[in-house]
Amino acid sequence: MTRASFKVWRTDDSGGGHFADYTVDVVPGMVVLDAIHQIQATAAPDMAVRWNCKAGKCGSCSAEINGNPRLMCMTRLNTLNQLEPITVEPMRAFPPIKDLVTDVSWNFRVKQTITPFTPRPADAPDGTWRMRQQDVDRVQEFRKCIECFLCQDVCHILRDHHLHDEFIGPRFLTFAAALEMNPLDAADRVPALKEQHGIGYCNITRCCTKVCPEHITITENAIIPLKERVVDRYFDPVTKLFRMFQS
Amino acid sequence: MNTFETLDYDVLVIGAGGAGLRAAIEASAAGVKVGLICKSLLGKAHTVMAEGGVAAALANVDDRDSWKVHFADTMRGGQYVNNWRMAELHAREAPDRVRELEAWGAVFDRTKDGRILQRNFGGHRYPRLAHVGDRTGLELIRTLQDYGIHRGIDVHMEFTVVSLLTSSGQAAGVIGYERERGRFKVFRAGAVVLATGGAGRAYQITSNSWEGTGDGHALAYQAGADLMDMEFIQFHPTGMIWPPSVRGILVTEGVRGEGGILLNKEGRRFMFDDIPDAYKNQTATDEEEGWRYTQGDKSAKRPPELLTRDHVARCIMREVKAGRGSPHGGVFLDIAWIKKKLRNADEHIKRKLPSMYHQFKELGDIDITKEPMEVGPTTHYIMGGIRVDGDSQMSSIPGLFAAGECAAGINGANRLGGNSLSDLLVFGKRAGEHAAAFVKTHSRAGVDDAQAARAMGDALRPFDAAAGGGENPFTIQTALQDMMQRHVGIVRNEAEIQQALVELEALKVRAARAAVTGHREYNPGWHTAIDLSNLLTVSEAISRSAIERKESRGGHFREDYPDRKPEYATFNIVTRRKADGSMEVVRVPLPPMPDELKQIIEEQKA
Ligand SMILES: Cc1cc2nc3c(=O)[nH]c(=O)nc-3n(C[C@H](O)[C@H](O)[C@H](O)COP(=O)(O)OP(=O)(O)OC[C@H]3O[C@@H](n4cnc5c(N)ncnc54)[C@H](O)[C@@H]3O)c2cc1C
Ligand code: SF4
Ligand code: SF4
Ligand code: FES
Repeated sequence: MTRASFKVWRTDDSGGGHFADYTVDVVPGMVVLDAIHQIQATAAPDMAVRWNCKAGKCGSCSAEINGNPRLMCMTRLNTLNQLEPITVEPMRAFPPIKDLVTDVSWNFRVKQTITPFTPRPADAPDGTWRMRQQDVDRVQEFRKCIECFLCQDVCHILRDHHLHDEFIGPRFLTFAAALEMNPLDAADRVPALKEQHGIGYCNITRCCTKVCPEHITITENAIIPLKERVVDRYFDPVTKLFRMFQS
Repeated sequence: MNTFETLDYDVLVIGAGGAGLRAAIEASAAGVKVGLICKSLLGKAHTVMAEGGVAAALANVDDRDSWKVHFADTMRGGQYVNNWRMAELHAREAPDRVRELEAWGAVFDRTKDGRILQRNFGGHRYPRLAHVGDRTGLELIRTLQDYGIHRGIDVHMEFTVVSLLTSSGQAAGVIGYERERGRFKVFRAGAVVLATGGAGRAYQITSNSWEGTGDGHALAYQAGADLMDMEFIQFHPTGMIWPPSVRGILVTEGVRGEGGILLNKEGRRFMFDDIPDAYKNQTATDEEEGWRYTQGDKSAKRPPELLTRDHVARCIMREVKAGRGSPHGGVFLDIAWIKKKLRNADEHIKRKLPSMYHQFKELGDIDITKEPMEVGPTTHYIMGGIRVDGDSQMSSIPGLFAAGECAAGINGANRLGGNSLSDLLVFGKRAGEHAAAFVKTHSRAGVDDAQAARAMGDALRPFDAAAGGGENPFTIQTALQDMMQRHVGIVRNEAEIQQALVELEALKVRAARAAVTGHREYNPGWHTAIDLSNLLTVSEAISRSAIERKESRGGHFREDYPDRKPEYATFNIVTRRKADGSMEVVRVPLPPMPDELKQIIEEQKA
């Protein structure tokens, strides 16, 4: 049996923290979350960590592994350099609670500010709608989101500039895109995207897309089309002129 | 003396999976004040993991389907010990509940003419599962969550209920602690809905998340409610078995629905070897016919891979025991073979089963479009649960309701795939509706502070035990899971279950001495110690009920009584807490089924 060493972030009672060293027995196919569980079961039963599904489906086990935002349950040890200690620390863009657990409640509050799904009248007399799979595909990409908030964690507007009051972050731009592009939705979120949700802050560095464990093309497929809608509405002179004549 | 922060609600829902969310939405629609409590963050409940689909006789893909066929399928799958009223309501109401989800923003896969697409699943006569690739649970929970957050429901996340409070035999509220700070709170309420999900973590190999520790079952039991049919545990035939660290993680039945086949190490498609009589004239006679069925040919009969889960799981066990298993002790599940049938099979598999593709690629380093998967049975679902009234979902305690996986009745001895997500919607709604109605028509029971204080004292005991050098709760939990897996698993016999009861007593003693270190804030060791007491209660109920049922039916297989016995189809097995604290087991006769439902079952047998 091989062993691997880990440096796991532990918070101190004072509110600060440090990396604590642990060694773990490695079995084939093991993922980082298994290692954390082994540490819990043997050396540190009070080590705080979130997880639910252990299969990349719930988005609970987000952390920074060797400095990269990842899901612990989907990071196999044999994809990491086991000759060096593996570091595991909490997402750094959110306030720490304890050890690997952070306060992500801001995300839940942001979601509430986005105009909810508002269906158009039904297509059929029985109250149902008709949609083509190809129209649905586009939205389904965004609906794969497991709300791991890793994209929020890496976005420099949140992580470095702390503009939480002005910018909803890539997760919620994706969410807004899912609503806007839902073939049944009849609400208009374009003014809010510009004014309240701060879409203009995003300078398309693609960091969010790179970390998304669901492989959602956040920037190209969600953010850029939304930006285009904003631009079309507010800045494109031809469209503006056209609208003036229409009204 | 009241030392707790106290909050007041009309209806309090414990659990924010599909059932809890749906109940909370319905109760708030009735205009009462609703509180919703869950152990994890919102949207992370077990429901998020459901894959294959939600069963509802929409008849979008095959117009021969109807609520009657769904009802008959569910009763047959459950081997006729289901609560027929629930099976009826479920089959009748599921289509509306699914359509309603679309009106709330869910985006299902579509048929060619633009309606909600439906897929094949085990035990369902026609393609019946509305789905979104293989992430239907995510779609369901996210839709309910996003709809629910605009309905004025107060959500308390990462809060664990440790005891139900009752007064004069009526539900009065709960006490629990908030995970983050470890502080206790009392919630007073006119009605309480338990929607706490399953108990799969009583077993070692399980598809269930850490939350599935049977809390609702145990809370209800401790408060004096009846548990029913606890012996019926569903072992899903296909869990991952390799690599070891992912053992138990589910491989959706959707793989077989899309044409996946089961093979032993000799490459033999062994599911054709043993087809139960009840299913003979609805099962394909050869491989070609089975394939045509999965591709939507209405004249074809279903392949034997789509027989009910209990049967498939036992066939797999048979192959493994006979030495015909795969290298890591399972069998092979092959979807890659369809490349012989379809031109762009790779793309087809990735589109129909995207998360299975990723799961195997990322966790097992296996490309399922090229290689077969290795699979074996995993503990998946508990058919048994809190005994409720079929219409209102009220338990034997007035004001206490239960819905979803923690409630018993709809599934009988074996649940058909897809019937859980629909169960959550149908009975979540009903529970919320009737809980709100109960509040409006009944006066409230007051909360007894002494009762709350006792519950808090019990919950904090692991901190005191630390001084006496008690045991690590994780170690005890592992021992319990290992024991249940060995003695009360897929194949059972009297001697082993009796042995389980003996070992449970010893584990109870160890659990009472479970000790935790550190402080109360976000302390998993402590939480495990609390979960442990629930798991022990549930495991005892499973074991005692399993002894009582001296036959084999559905998920319950006794090698000492391998056959079904007709007299056992006439009652349910109920466990409840006696005044002296011990567990009693009683047989409660099934209510007679109305003739019209009997007739439906007969008609569908053809
Ligand atoms: C991998 C997998 C795939 C599945 N696929 C399908 C499928 O395709 N189709 C189908 O129909 N079914 C499927 N199922 C089954 C189905 O997902 C579950 O039966 C169903 O989701 C249970 O929902 P629920 O609302 O009853 O409970 P859950 O979703 O389990 O939610 C329980 C809630 O209760 C809370 N809770 C528990 N205890 C406490 C406590 N003490 N205090 C406070 N809160 C508490 C939890 O935090 C959680 O919020 C699948 C299951 C698994 C594991
Ligand atoms: S692309 Fe935009 S949203 Fe994504 S990380 Fe960069 S700035 Fe943030
Ligand atoms: S968009 Fe991707 S990275 Fe962001 S929260 Fe969703 S799943 Fe996570
Ligand atoms: S535990 Fe669910 S995503 Fe990792």
